[in-house]
Amino acid sequence: MKTWKELPLGGIIKDVGNTKDYITGTWRTERPVFLEDKCTQCFMCCMVCPDSAVIIKDEKVIGFNYNHCKGCGICAVECLSKPKAIEMEQEEQF
Amino acid sequence: MSKRVVMTGNETVAEAVRQINPDVVAAYPITPSTAVVEYISQYVADGLIDTEFVTAESEHSALSACIGAAAGGGRVMNATSAQGLALMWEMLYIASAMRLPMILAVVNRALSGPINIHGDHSDTMGARDCGWIQLYSENCQEVYDNMLQAVRISEHIDVRTPVIVALDGFITSHAIDTLETERDEDVKRFIGDYITLNSILDTKNVVTYGAIDFQDYYFEHKRQQLEGLHKSAEIIKSVGEEFGRTFGREYGFFEGYKLDDAEYAIVAMNSAAGTIKTVIDDLREEGVKAGLLKLRVFRPFPAAEIAEALKTMKVVAILDRTSTAGAQGGPLFSEIRSALYSESSRPGIVNYIYGLGGKDLTPEHIRYVYDTLRRIDRTGKIDRLVDYLNLREEGGQD
Repeated sequence: MKTWKELPLGGIIKDVGNTKDYITGTWRTERPVFLEDKCTQCFMCCMVCPDSAVIIKDEKVIGFNYNHCKGCGICAVECLSKPKAIEMEQEEQF
Repeated sequence: MSKRVVMTGNETVAEAVRQINPDVVAAYPITPSTAVVEYISQYVADGLIDTEFVTAESEHSALSACIGAAAGGGRVMNATSAQGLALMWEMLYIASAMRLPMILAVVNRALSGPINIHGDHSDTMGARDCGWIQLYSENCQEVYDNMLQAVRISEHIDVRTPVIVALDGFITSHAIDTLETERDEDVKRFIGDYITLNSILDTKNVVTYGAIDFQDYYFEHKRQQLEGLHKSAEIIKSVGEEFGRTFGREYGFFEGYKLDDAEYAIVAMNSAAGTIKTVIDDLREEGVKAGLLKLRVFRPFPAAEIAEALKTMKVVAILDRTSTAGAQGGPLFSEIRSALYSESSRPGIVNYIYGLGGKDLTPEHIRYVYDTLRRIDRTGKIDRLVDYLNLREEGGQD
């Protein structure tokens, strides 16, 4: 890691968007588990996720980025599928 | 080619701002600095300057707008006093941590409570740890000269730190004084063009300001921030010398008035220095070796230079125009007493709190201080380490 003399002036970030390299998933106590067969692909989870941790590939939700998901569970509460396509599980199981 | 003019302190600040012609002034008026903002808005309305004048809804917002404008790469100025500075508090730290150059003229006024609009230094002394450079001004001439030098100091690539230029409320801000101003083109040449660095409006070199900074980088960034203040000392000195070569009025960290051969010295800041000089002249005629150290630069604190200047004195009185509740004395006293600690021979030292809420400081009070210093020298005894001038109390000097 850089010493104080090597850092850009004033705490600015020059490689903008480097939050993706800042791993915050370790803060999680519960994790959302994606149940693909129950998902209706409404994208509600994607819209409500505060950490942009819902992974979308080829216009479909395929799971969660556990490097940045903090396990808040908003996605599981807001999931519109019946039965729900997201279940919260205790982190120590994984 | 300078011009001799008469102006109030507030008008002087505004005149400097007119000549500097900053990109943005975001301000919220407050007594006793209101006229600064009024003059600037008038200059904008009259087309004398092309400054973007932002009327904010509070001082917190005013400084926030200044921070945004400075991050956007503009030359930015602002003015306030007392409660206004207090409301800016959290943004003061953010401006300095982001290493954004800007100038804030603070017309010193007592912080409430009790509510009061008159001069003392509780506002800027309270802000002494905010990471801003602080320049103090005895009179309108020094206000004008400090404003111009502040631009160069603040914007220097090794400094990139905001500057407060302080002047006493009413005594300096409202009284009419004579001073020399310089021609617009000479001022323009002295301050130079603003060099934009890391602008948030530069879409080709995108940067983020104000990102979260935890255990991994916060400490390193704070250490780096201190370096701007440390390095500003030599820049303040070189800019002060260049100002002297250019306009004939040289500046350093402080002014010594009959200090070199003095035995009894007072240390003070801002307008009180004028009164003290008058008393020194009288005392010198009576054969008393009295002197003054008038501090101009409080942040960064020039500890070594002050210790060097004071170490040969017999007894020294530090005048603080603020009361630092629960401390060993005023902030100036604590700093100077600490600065002298490493000297092998040290003068006796006492602290006087004076002028709170605009309370008068007259020649009689100054004379009382010098008399006390001589008595301490004679008896070797300090009765009161921290005392109060012109305070009604039993056993006081009145």
